[in-house]
Amino acid sequence: MSNREVRAIGEAGWGRTLGAAVISLVYFFPVLFIILTSFKTRQDALAWPIKFIFTPTLSNFVSVFFRTTVEGGEAEATGFGLYFFNSLFIGGSSVLLALLIGTAAAYAFSRFPLKGNDTYLFMILTTRMMPPIIAIIPIFVLFRIFGLSGTYVGIIALYTAFNLPFSIWMVKSFFDDLDRDIEDAARMDGSSEWKVFRRICLPQVYAGLAATFVFAIILTWNEFVFALLLTGTQTRTVPVQIVRTIGGSMGVDWGLLSALETLFIIPVVLVTFALQNQLLRGVTFGTIRR
Amino acid sequence: MSETRSDIRLSGVTKRFVNLVAVDSVDLTVDSGEVMCLLGPSGCGKTTTLRMIAGLESASDGDIMIAGRRVNDLRARERNVAMAFQFYALYPSLTVEENLAYPLHADGLNRSQIAERIAHVSKVLDLQGILKRRPHQLGEGEKQRVAVGRSIVRTPTCFLFDEPLSRLDIQLRQQMRTQIKEVLEQLDKPTVIVTHDQIEALTMADRIAVMRAGRIEQVASPHDLFSRPANLFVAGFIGTPAMNLIDATLVEVAPGADGTPTARLHLLGEDISAQVEPAVLHLAAGSKVTLGVRPRSFELVPPATPDALHATVDLIEPMGAEMLMHLMERGTDLRCVVPHTTRIAVGASAGLRCKQGQLHVFDEQGVLVR
Repeated sequence: MSNREVRAIGEAGWGRTLGAAVISLVYFFPVLFIILTSFKTRQDALAWPIKFIFTPTLSNFVSVFFRTTVEGGEAEATGFGLYFFNSLFIGGSSVLLALLIGTAAAYAFSRFPLKGNDTYLFMILTTRMMPPIIAIIPIFVLFRIFGLSGTYVGIIALYTAFNLPFSIWMVKSFFDDLDRDIEDAARMDGSSEWKVFRRICLPQVYAGLAATFVFAIILTWNEFVFALLLTGTQTRTVPVQIVRTIGGSMGVDWGLLSALETLFIIPVVLVTFALQNQLLRGVTFGTIRR
Repeated sequence: MSETRSDIRLSGVTKRFVNLVAVDSVDLTVDSGEVMCLLGPSGCGKTTTLRMIAGLESASDGDIMIAGRRVNDLRARERNVAMAFQFYALYPSLTVEENLAYPLHADGLNRSQIAERIAHVSKVLDLQGILKRRPHQLGEGEKQRVAVGRSIVRTPTCFLFDEPLSRLDIQLRQQMRTQIKEVLEQLDKPTVIVTHDQIEALTMADRIAVMRAGRIEQVASPHDLFSRPANLFVAGFIGTPAMNLIDATLVEVAPGADGTPTARLHLLGEDISAQVEPAVLHLAAGSKVTLGVRPRSFELVPPATPDALHATVDLIEPMGAEMLMHLMERGTDLRCVVPHTTRIAVGASAGLRCKQGQLHVFDEQGVLVR
């Protein structure tokens, strides 16, 4: 039997596979370059032509967490651990909060429509139609008035508000696609409305919630402008810290910067991989009918 | 009001949507242990009627009584009614076993009672092998059995089935029809089945309510529905191939010697005599009527036989043991079922005579004269 016959239906041949690999490598190259640079010494990082073969070092990763003074004194913590925690804590809690409120709102919009339901939904969507930066001055003033600048509560509330429209719209579409008969069946089987939501509807949209979570967490994790303006030394997130690393008396430390960025992308990669099955089901949700 | 009473009574039940009357003043009684089929074309209001009994739609008007209690204002979960849905509506995130157990949780049964009930139902419906599977791993027939199982697992006051067999292939459909009928016979509860398939209704129901445009046209046993259709709609809707409905004029009618009157009728340009129901005597001579003759009530006779219609064979459809013949006369298609051994060719002329006592006469309003 020839290889051609063994191949699964519609599977691409070697030529196309190779072509696709080359193209994806082009797109992946910047990320790869950053990861490589994070293992390079300062000399290797600046070398031209680009070195692909070099002796790797972990010193960049060490200096992400510890700073040694020029005089060779005690190692001093850079506070990166805190910033990393801040990013995780602020991103995680605001997305979870948005998902929690968003799911409840989405279910209500889907199952218990108000008069003028679509108008409300449209208004919610309009908040995403302009770039958030337009609202920066009023938000900044509000934060000053209420003393929210530099606090966890402030930035978490802001990110929750940013994630909410997206969560509502996305989760609502998952609820809309569910089979209503199943809910009616549960009602006939003696379920309260809460049980219909909790035991019947919610489990059916878990994949959708996971997909929404991943999209929202990526946006929040990478957010820079509001974090720059509204977080303080204690609540600073990683993107802000990355930018602050640029500059200084010795110019840009590319190795250190790359190490920071490498560490920064790890959580997102982990979350995406952990949820990839749900993600796939989530984004293809409703495209295949019963 | 006795405790054991268990029946469904609808009186004047109406459902109005914004600018549409989906169900128009329906009166219907389903007794304990009786299987009632709601039969009708799509959009006739049969499913809406069922959903109003279930409590999934509210009635705009009228009373819905279940087991002697007015349930109009009760929610679905408070009515203690079991329903099997057209698309099964199994809980996708639960296993078959959990699906079956779900209605029992609301009844507050303990673990061993639940296990006992599930064991019983899965034995009756042959579900033992698939209890641990989830709905998406089941075939259509298995899903159907689980859906039926979930509705009979508890002891509700009545059972409702919405198009229970519509998704199954023909072989499975016959098998399930028998199985459901057996299961229902053991339950001494009123059952309402919605269907658009008359074979399903005729085989499963004790009585059938034929619906059209939100109204009930006739409620009768399958036999009566077939042999004495109340009006032209029911006559044309029930029975395959459909009944021949021929416009005619009643020339005169006279009481016969044995009590069966004989009528002289003018139809398709011919005058024929035929025996009719005594009630036809009340019609005035010259009345416009519609004659209903089932294709199997016609017999082929040689051309020029007296009191037979004369027509030309237009088309012959073999149906296995029988043949369906279409004969044309003055633009009217006359259908007649004959044994497959009949020797006749397309284009031949033939006589058609209605077998004795099988002629239905409908008056000008389309109502059966009886």
